[in-house]
Amino acid sequence: MKIGVMVKNVPDTESKIKLSADRKSIEMQGVKFVMNTYDEFAVEEALQLKEKLGADTTVTVFSLGPERLVETLRTALAMGADAAVHLTDPAFEGGDSIANAKVLAKAAEAEGFDLILGGKQGIDFDSAQTLSAVAEFLGMGQAQVVTDIEVGGDNTSLKVRRRIEGGDEIVDVTLPAIISCEKGLNEPRYASLPGIMKAKKKEIKKLGLSELGLSADEVGAAGSGTQVVGYSPLKERPPVKMLEGGPAEQAKELVRLLREEAKVL
Amino acid sequence: MANDILVFAEVRDGTFKRISAEMISAAKELAKKTGGGVAVAVVGNGVDAVAGEAASYPVDKVYTVKSPNLDTYSTQGYAQALLAVIAEADPAIVLFGATAMGKDLSSRTAAATGAALMTDCTEIDFDDGTLKATRPVYSGKVYAHVEASKEGLKMASIRPNIFPAAEKSGNSAASTDVSVNIDAASIKAKVLEVVASTTGRKDVTEAEIVVSGGRSLKSEENFKILEDLADAIGASVGASRAAVDAGYQPHSRQVGQTGKVVNPKLYIAVGISGAIQHLVGMRTSKVIVAINKDASAPIFQYADYGIDGDLFEVVPILTEEFKKLLGTA
Amino acid sequence: MPASFELTEEERLIQQTAHDFANDRIVPIAAENDRRGTFPKEILKEMADLGFMSMLIPEDYGGVGLGNFSLVLVLEEINRGCASTGVTMSVHNSLASSPIIRYGSDEIKKKFLPKMATGELLGAYALSEAGSGSDAASLQCRATKDGDFYVLNGTKSWITTGAEADVFVVMVRTNPKERSKGISSFVVESDTPGFSIGKKENKLGLRASSTVQLVFEDARVPARQILGKEGEGFKIAMETLDGGRIGIAAQAVGIAKASLDASVGYANEREQFGKKIGSFQAIQWKLADMATSIDAARLLMYRAARLRDAGKPHTQEAAMAKLFASEMSNRAAREAVQIHGGAGYLKDFPVERYYRDARITEIYEGTSEIHRIVISRNLTKN
Repeated sequence: MKIGVMVKNVPDTESKIKLSADRKSIEMQGVKFVMNTYDEFAVEEALQLKEKLGADTTVTVFSLGPERLVETLRTALAMGADAAVHLTDPAFEGGDSIANAKVLAKAAEAEGFDLILGGKQGIDFDSAQTLSAVAEFLGMGQAQVVTDIEVGGDNTSLKVRRRIEGGDEIVDVTLPAIISCEKGLNEPRYASLPGIMKAKKKEIKKLGLSELGLSADEVGAAGSGTQVVGYSPLKERPPVKMLEGGPAEQAKELVRLLREEAKVL
Repeated sequence: MANDILVFAEVRDGTFKRISAEMISAAKELAKKTGGGVAVAVVGNGVDAVAGEAASYPVDKVYTVKSPNLDTYSTQGYAQALLAVIAEADPAIVLFGATAMGKDLSSRTAAATGAALMTDCTEIDFDDGTLKATRPVYSGKVYAHVEASKEGLKMASIRPNIFPAAEKSGNSAASTDVSVNIDAASIKAKVLEVVASTTGRKDVTEAEIVVSGGRSLKSEENFKILEDLADAIGASVGASRAAVDAGYQPHSRQVGQTGKVVNPKLYIAVGISGAIQHLVGMRTSKVIVAINKDASAPIFQYADYGIDGDLFEVVPILTEEFKKLLGTA
Repeated sequence: MPASFELTEEERLIQQTAHDFANDRIVPIAAENDRRGTFPKEILKEMADLGFMSMLIPEDYGGVGLGNFSLVLVLEEINRGCASTGVTMSVHNSLASSPIIRYGSDEIKKKFLPKMATGELLGAYALSEAGSGSDAASLQCRATKDGDFYVLNGTKSWITTGAEADVFVVMVRTNPKERSKGISSFVVESDTPGFSIGKKENKLGLRASSTVQLVFEDARVPARQILGKEGEGFKIAMETLDGGRIGIAAQAVGIAKASLDASVGYANEREQFGKKIGSFQAIQWKLADMATSIDAARLLMYRAARLRDAGKPHTQEAAMAKLFASEMSNRAAREAVQIHGGAGYLKDFPVERYYRDARITEIYEGTSEIHRIVISRNLTKN
């Protein structure tokens, strides 16, 4: 089975998000980028499938974006992925999820994956759009927010469990397909030191606009239907009202305030 | 009409979900600006009753797509149905709830139509000839302001509990059946079974009130006092990552960075210190109450009302007070 | 030496793995380890699986053979989580596996290194005695040759990880007529008849790692388990300590970084006089000084580690790194407690542990006073 894993990197959750003075962009200086949390589940799942399915299963990680993604691809290789593809071209810059999905779909098509895994969303833009759009461009089936994957006996289908409001759906997915991964699917491994040393020797293939047979007006900012025009900080909440007295008075006062002041009851 | 707003109606188990009534409210607001009407798309099998219900809201038109192959939700089946409605209705904007179904379907149909898509919006407006939205990014640390291109179809999904649910107006809007042949073979992912969570409560993302507990609850059994509180005010129960990691609650109830993002009108944080990972999951809640015995806990900086006290003392009394007020005893 | 202090891609990945592992696996249990006075030994197995216990051991002997620079990157992160786990890892790599790699015969390397690499065997180092601390060359533990064996007698003190270790590098006197030249090093296994663990010390800090006495009563050690030649033990001990000291610098930097992180977090949360205390200049200056001195110490540590990896002289640089980092770490941990105020004095917050753990870094593997002597002696010797 040929498994592709879409990965991206995002600011470490520990890092502060600062707006530029004109609030048109986010200050990226000094921000540490790490593999998107949910993509780690995708890489891990691919590696576990490879361990289960045997040697003719390959895991290729692929990623669209700036040079800093090389380190994330290398991390995936160090975790145990076999190959990596970096989709990079000045024309790709400024693309929204749908425009980026076009590029990713082209690359996936060329690789001929039987299964594509990715995180349920990037924890930077939190859009959760890209995988679905890639699936549409490739005409593949999809299942999102998946917490369990079982491969059908003949390796042509999957039985997955996906999270929805108030429960789970058990979905039968015919391959080739795209699955987005949710926490709970597995415990991602660390890139071990021997893995890191091995990864150094693996090649990261670079593909640009012309190699993918795309034109500049369908990708990047030019190919995007939306654009971010600015940012604003969260609204400050008014200071907390601490309730005085013993537990009984505090409880009584809270109920009164929720009813009369906040009007939420 | 190319000024109309089309609402995708989310239907589960034959029920017109509250989120869809909220989207009707949003659509009414937008329609005032575009100068168009509001239409609703109802997709499924045996959905005549739901379509009738949809038509009783203050909307201008209801489109239905019915097929045995739409009995359960599938991305590809529903996408085909919705694309047919879009072709028929020719709307300016399509609205979805930012739910599992809405997020899944919106990106698939946006890719298919080349529409501009904005997901998980907390504010939306039509101004200067285009759709403008505000959406939390970087785990809710900042808001991004996004604009769609003026040309072409636009789509957006909006978080639950942002717009009030529209009220039924006794209307009976015109209804059109859109006929589409949904080929079962074209659906590559089929739902075999829906397993309802055993808690019998609404999902935390759908609830209007959420009561969440942290590791200070000390055990799974002690969450009983939160369940009692939740029963008294019709809330769902959530948990911090620490409580989930400690095995007190299932991950499906986790609120925060690697859990769910909730946006209820009332969020009661009990014994939760307020680590950033938790705050990103709940800080857009309208009213936040924190109960914690550590007065310096960061949660108090995000709360509207704070009780500095022992949760095991305060919560049972609070439950009784709520019961008295709401007559839920 | 490579002039750059910038990390290579490989080094950044190594650091990231250690960072994530520390955050996920070590930070959550560190306070509990400290309270119980021990840490779960399974964590060492996990660390070994990632390659952390074999960082200097060549690949031929089952290790990852990365070197001292990578080692300090990992040590800083592990110590940021738990200094007891950190010192266990440091001693195993720098003080136990390192002299075996450098001075052991091929037979000895084959016997011990592969198992030390997998974490099956934990290593420790025994130099100090009750009567010889800073004056290490005056040690009194004796070894006398008896056929194919040396027979060891005496007591070693302050032996880190002694209660858990399986393999010890032990310095003993083989020639009573000589001072430093009468000392030899041996690899001693914990199950050697005549070898036993004495008193377990009750300490201020590093409470989750054991510090014990080792007792030798006619303990018979195979003669082939000598490191180098008879009489070379003191030189081996000192050269090994050059590496160990870089490891202690990493420990000190790690504790200081944890102190800074906790302080920044607290300064951004705690409000007094209606403002976050981080908005007060008194706190801002403390944080700025902590951050600056941590970076300075880290750069000294990087330099010493790069030199050691390049096989260049580094005794002076290792001493400077250890001296500066350990004193810096104590200042940082002290300021962290101060910034936390009353809360910092409580076990509910981690900074009191940092404060206790930092203290030893100025004492073991050479006190600050000894390091000043080493450094000044090098300055004035011509």
